[in-house]
Amino acid sequence: MAAASDVHPVGVAPIASDRESAPGRERRRGSLTGWRITPYLFIVIPVALLLTFTYIPVLNMFWYSVTDWDGLDKVKNFVGLDNYVRVFTREEYFRVFYVSLFYFAASFVQMAIALYYATILSFSTRFRNLFKGILFFPYLINGVAIGFIFLYFFKPGGTLDATLTAVGLEHLSQQWLGNRDIINVSLASTSVWRYTGLNFVLFLGAIQSIPGQLYEAAEIDGASRWQQFRYIIAPGIKPIIGLSFILAISGSLAVFDIPFIMTSGANGSETFVIKTIVTAFKFNKVGQASAMAVVLLLIVLLVTWVQRRLVPDEKVNLT
Amino acid sequence: MTALDLRAARERELPARPSAHRWRRGLANSVKYGSLVIGSVLTLLPLVVIVMASFKNQREFQTTGPYDLPQALGNVENYVIAFTKGRMVDAFVNTSVILLVSITGTILIGTMTAYAIDRFDFRFKKSVVMLFLLATLVPGVTTQVATFQVVNTLGLFNSRLAPMILFMGTDIVSIYIFVQFMRGIPKELDEAATLDGANHWTIYRRVIFPLLKPAIATVVIIKGIGIYNEFYIPFLYMPSRDLGVISTSLFRFKGPFGAQWEVIAAGVIIVIIPSLIVFLLLQRYIYNGFTSGATK
Repeated sequence: MAAASDVHPVGVAPIASDRESAPGRERRRGSLTGWRITPYLFIVIPVALLLTFTYIPVLNMFWYSVTDWDGLDKVKNFVGLDNYVRVFTREEYFRVFYVSLFYFAASFVQMAIALYYATILSFSTRFRNLFKGILFFPYLINGVAIGFIFLYFFKPGGTLDATLTAVGLEHLSQQWLGNRDIINVSLASTSVWRYTGLNFVLFLGAIQSIPGQLYEAAEIDGASRWQQFRYIIAPGIKPIIGLSFILAISGSLAVFDIPFIMTSGANGSETFVIKTIVTAFKFNKVGQASAMAVVLLLIVLLVTWVQRRLVPDEKVNLT
Repeated sequence: MTALDLRAARERELPARPSAHRWRRGLANSVKYGSLVIGSVLTLLPLVVIVMASFKNQREFQTTGPYDLPQALGNVENYVIAFTKGRMVDAFVNTSVILLVSITGTILIGTMTAYAIDRFDFRFKKSVVMLFLLATLVPGVTTQVATFQVVNTLGLFNSRLAPMILFMGTDIVSIYIFVQFMRGIPKELDEAATLDGANHWTIYRRVIFPLLKPAIATVVIIKGIGIYNEFYIPFLYMPSRDLGVISTSLFRFKGPFGAQWEVIAAGVIIVIIPSLIVFLLLQRYIYNGFTSGATK
């Protein structure tokens, strides 16, 4: 889930209605007793689900994280902050942060590619929709299918090796998923292939929401394409780039699908979420896994808070 | 450089060297189209070799390279194996059932919440809105360790109900899309309906719900694609082989077909084809859906 992965709920503006001025009038109108309970009837199921599947788990997670619970035992022994200390001191746990750096770096490559194609496709181009479709389509492909596609791509004698041989670079061939020094680069590239399309479409949408007259005026004034990019496009899409950048941080910590499907976290490709899942469900250390999940949650919250401060909500509105 | 300078520069330059200008345009165009073709090839290459592999028979696969064309393009043997031994039919049924129920539920929950939040003023409204807002900040991947215990306690583990209820109960982005859209629907419509004697339920069902159709379409598309591709939740909550969905069934190809890449390739293509069809039919809505879903 590298970078601005799925439709991520972070860039969300307040739901609160800005039209709360008419309660008096409405109350008079609906003075039946039915009126008072109506909103509660509409909202009781959604709120019950929200509490059961979001808030109870979050609260429990904090509680589990200071115990040594194994997920089954009736007794949960309080162990203080031991689990947290382990996350930051034991190499096996701390290593996942190092792995996420690869995905973080990859998300920059991804954004750069996406921005380049979004810019050139925002000018009139032959087969524009075809190119747009091709670049975007990988994002719609099932993650497991992508995992297999790239296992085949990187396997010895697979697509990549065959390509290198075809262009006379076979000496570069190696164990793309077997070499600990390369594996995370291979996996992060897969993630770039998968998610560039989403970034690209988001950037393209932002560029197209810039009024066309601006380009026309610039064109008349003789501005080059580069100048149009520098002075019109770049400022216009700053908010969405800021948002993508921030999402890249939490996204690179939340990577799961690709490395899990392709390598199960072997050869030093274990990510934060894989490590958490393995700790909880394979080694039954629910307490330890909860501490990891809490750390991840706090990092995501911190990142979101920073994003809110840097990118005001009303600016990230492109529709 | 100001615009005026630029124009002056251009006027000086144009009559003198028209060919140089055209030449530069031509170069820019070849760079542009060249990079588009390279991007497309890099995107399509990993897919094309999988399509080729899926038509090769076992011996053929072992003796040829990824770029060698299959002998018979009509060789569907691998597809038959993938469908039958890979239990892809069950997978499609399970995915469809989960998809249908979860999307219906999400729409009902989302529209009802949006109706209550936008059209009513009630006690605890601020707290309820805050609860939903705060929940958008909690990424689902982080809490599964504890969510698992809740699902287990409710006896939903290893049943289709687990993903269904999680898909509909934890989707705050959809609720948000509905609330946004609801604000654009004039309140006068509700009032007119009230004058005609409609109660709140009728207003919701006959006035609001039909007007929310565009938002519903967006949610169906984003959510549908999301659920079809979801791996994490079914993997965690439905380990039983009978409950395989598209993702988990394909993932299980890893064991029995580990050495049979040609069958795995067929499975991959089977999974991709529905996505491709939906994409070709609904392109415009999909782009719009993701743009509005990601930035709101």
